[in-house]
Amino acid sequence: MYLMNPAVIVDGLTVKRGKTQVFDGFSATIASGRITGLLGPSGCGKTTLIRAIVGIQKIQSGSVVVLGRQAGELSLRDQVSYSSQADGVYKDLSVKENIEYYARLASVSEDDVARVIDLVGLGSQTKQIVASLSGGQSRRVSLAVALLGSPQVVVLDEPTVGLDPVLRASLWDIFASQAAQGTTFIVSSHVMDEAARCDDLILIRQGQLVAATTPERLLSDTGQKDAEAAFLYLIRKSEQDAGAGQDETSVDSAPAHNGDHHDAGGQR
Amino acid sequence: MRLLATTRRVIAQLAHDHRTVALILIVPMVLVGLFAWLFSSGEAFQTIGPIILGLFPFVLMFIVTSVATLRERTSGTLERYMTTPASRTSLIFGYALAFGIFAIIQALLTVFFAVWVCGLDIDGPLWQLILIAAVNAICGTAMGLFASAFARTEFQAVQMMPVFVLPQVVVGGVFMPIDAMDEPLQWFAHCLPLTYAIEAVQAVAGNESGWAVGRPVLILAAFAVGFLVVSSLTMPRKTA
Repeated sequence: MYLMNPAVIVDGLTVKRGKTQVFDGFSATIASGRITGLLGPSGCGKTTLIRAIVGIQKIQSGSVVVLGRQAGELSLRDQVSYSSQADGVYKDLSVKENIEYYARLASVSEDDVARVIDLVGLGSQTKQIVASLSGGQSRRVSLAVALLGSPQVVVLDEPTVGLDPVLRASLWDIFASQAAQGTTFIVSSHVMDEAARCDDLILIRQGQLVAATTPERLLSDTGQKDAEAAFLYLIRKSEQDAGAGQDETSVDSAPAHNGDHHDAGGQR
Repeated sequence: MRLLATTRRVIAQLAHDHRTVALILIVPMVLVGLFAWLFSSGEAFQTIGPIILGLFPFVLMFIVTSVATLRERTSGTLERYMTTPASRTSLIFGYALAFGIFAIIQALLTVFFAVWVCGLDIDGPLWQLILIAAVNAICGTAMGLFASAFARTEFQAVQMMPVFVLPQVVVGGVFMPIDAMDEPLQWFAHCLPLTYAIEAVQAVAGNESGWAVGRPVLILAAFAVGFLVVSSLTMPRKTA
């Protein structure tokens, strides 16, 4: 593809969770040193894609290559960090105890604990138990853990969901400052107005890649005023195309043709 | 070391939770005291007492671990752990070590209370009882880790106690000596770890030594290691 130096290459990813086919041959590329937003409605496959990138998702076929190695490989685990929607911190431990634990697991020095606590602005809450923090503060503890040891790739699943606008803006500032130092951020969101804060966008719907673009190109290509309208525009357009495709096949009444269409949709 | 990191973290969690610590350390003493009072007129306490010392570490650590592990699964911390360079065995043995330390403190308190306050006669050396309690607790921890794999909610995790523990209490030699049971029941009893825990404490209480104590303790330890290994298989790094 056009990316010189991709951090993540997803090729033909096929994932089934229970009876649901989440992905059927999904491919995408994520550039390094940039903030890539994974956007799409709830249940579109963002979390599954993220879990595949950090190597904890069972996949049926396809490959996910991160920094040139298979996702989840031992040597990758201290270069790729992850924060799930569930925060993944111990509610009955203090801020510092949580971060210290993860620092020891990743063999990160104690100095770094203080650095990430300052970075997320929890310097005056270090001794507070996470359960007593606000939702936004506990989200920042989770982010601090993800930033420990300055990993090359930081993968965050809905890091700003349910947070007030001021805190959201401050988290995005943190992502931007770290990305400026060369860290790759992969951030999922179902809030379309966050698209503008990303360098690159991957729009997903029902396990299908709707578009891989940038915020500027998304707006100029669709002629819409904001990301939400642009996303809706793209989805309507793809549904119309799919509808037209189906009409065509029913006219041709060739089953093989129908299969071709399906494949083409999957690879797009 | 990553194993010790988990041990420290689990101990820190318990250190913040004073009520759980109190329950772990005090409840066994209260129950031993109740039994001593109940049987104060006869010799029965001398039979029942050691058995109770064999039951507590196992049962309590089973419950604590199965709930703690389930919390790891539901809070996203286990998922996060899987993305770190640390191994699954160091998580599981880290847990076992933390609860083993707690079990030793619990056993020290319970044994001294039973012997000096309630007048339980232990003919063998007391350190052996403490050792058995520690191995027994680690076995309870290991089984709790294993059982939590079958629970999706904390309610279910607590319900695993009657499933995994009560049958062991029933046939483990608490209510009837193993030799007096029907043969299939004897066979069943010998497949369960708690049977060996009770055999070991009874051996110490009866001042037996050597293989009579060593054999059940070794079998118990083998069960503990076996369940720890099997439970690491119930925590795959990649999940569907």
